[in-house]
Amino acid sequence: MGTHAKGLLKRFCGRKDLNWPPGMTANDLQGLANAPPLITVSNLCKSFGGQPALDNVSLTVAAGERVALIGSSGSGKTTLLRCVAHLEKPTSGEVIVAGRHVGDRIVDGRKIVMLDRQLAEIRTGIGMVFQRFNLFPHLTALENIMLGPLKVLRMKRDEIEPFALELLKKVGLAHKAGAYPEHLSGGQQQRVAIARSLAMRPKLMLFDEATSALDPELVAEVLEVMRQLAAEGMTMLIVTHEMAFAEDVADRIVVMDHGTIVDQGRPADLIANPRHPRTLALLRPKRAANLRSAS
Amino acid sequence: MIQLLGDWLPQLLQGVLWTLRLMVLSFALAAVLALPIALARLSANGMLRLLAHLYVELVRGMPSLTLLFLIYFGLPNLGITLRAIDAAVIGLGLNGAAYVSEIYRAGILAIDSGQREAAQMIGMRHRQVLRFVILPQAVRVVLAPLGNFAIALLKDTSVASLISAPEMMLQARDLTSEYFMPLQIYVAVGVMYLLMALPLASLVRFMESRLGAGLPKEKAV
Repeated sequence: MGTHAKGLLKRFCGRKDLNWPPGMTANDLQGLANAPPLITVSNLCKSFGGQPALDNVSLTVAAGERVALIGSSGSGKTTLLRCVAHLEKPTSGEVIVAGRHVGDRIVDGRKIVMLDRQLAEIRTGIGMVFQRFNLFPHLTALENIMLGPLKVLRMKRDEIEPFALELLKKVGLAHKAGAYPEHLSGGQQQRVAIARSLAMRPKLMLFDEATSALDPELVAEVLEVMRQLAAEGMTMLIVTHEMAFAEDVADRIVVMDHGTIVDQGRPADLIANPRHPRTLALLRPKRAANLRSAS
Repeated sequence: MIQLLGDWLPQLLQGVLWTLRLMVLSFALAAVLALPIALARLSANGMLRLLAHLYVELVRGMPSLTLLFLIYFGLPNLGITLRAIDAAVIGLGLNGAAYVSEIYRAGILAIDSGQREAAQMIGMRHRQVLRFVILPQAVRVVLAPLGNFAIALLKDTSVASLISAPEMMLQARDLTSEYFMPLQIYVAVGVMYLLMALPLASLVRFMESRLGAGLPKEKAV
């Protein structure tokens, strides 16, 4: 990775200081066009027991960009996200995050195995928010947030605790620091989970249907936190069924169908000029239905 | 009868002490040995998996008495001679490790895979995931079956009498050959085992209810 990109990452993610990444403006975004992408996925294929889930998918995400992955169930969007985190091993193809190849690779016909330590190092820079929250039930909200900094970054408790409390406050749960996950609502658990990821100061946040397991009235509070994060310039790859949110927050929407990317672009452009029937069916189901009945 | 009981009691209590000692030591050995076996069975390394699997199947398929005889009567042929009580601890420990490793394995597998994934995504390495996230949760799952194993082990220590370890059953056999009152003596022995097992069972129930009821509502920060 070039020094320019490193500088950019530092600027946007501020791994050294305790401040939040500064907000980005449209001008900043234009500057990013020249920077090497934070995520590069090339010719990615993944099949489960011979059943293809991803079929030759390529995608790049620039630092500071918010990309929403949409598509019906089984279209491969979650698999793609999980491949970026290497929670799924790709069948073939390549994933590069922040300039580092993720997973085993073959060079000159020889397999180079990625070590546990290297993978952990890469994942330290990637935050992931799961559909089912996956908070650690034996730890309080605050302990959930501090576990990574304490054990992975080997920070001292009194170093990390103020930051962890600040994060809890940021997601609106300062009063729940001592609560165990089972005593929190789904929305509260998911907000703690987001704070837990942020505690590692990730360069990149992955959201895997973060609101799909929530009762409808709890969705908004989680989206609000995600919206805030986006406004602060966090690079985000978001798998979601919340179309209004995707249109509103994403710089780019990527439409997936049957394991391939069938359409992508800025939300407004996509709605105005969809190149694939799925695009409109997902984003404007009513209009798509009207079009179908008219033709 | 009361008089007789008084005569037997010192020797029976001697037996109780040895039985408890045998139980505690072989339980500790089994509980410690079982963890690497369970982890090997869950390892990504096929060789480790196979070895651990072989151990578990081999030991489980063999009466613990066979293992005890092998160690006590067989090992001297290789120049290793052990006291009966040590042979019993090792035999019951090795035997128990096979069972306890299965308990551990089930406990680890009972933890939702999302826990592992979440831990990996905050940058934890395998060892850390296991130590800070999986095992603390698996402990709760494992406690009840582990308690049941301990009770079974308490009773199984009686096989050690067959290699003349001085535990309760051996003392009872001694007494019967002296007093010719097997009915009374073995009833007394049975009651003694019961008196050891019952508190153990209620301890298991207590721990189960403590952990089953969930965590304290909130922890002061």
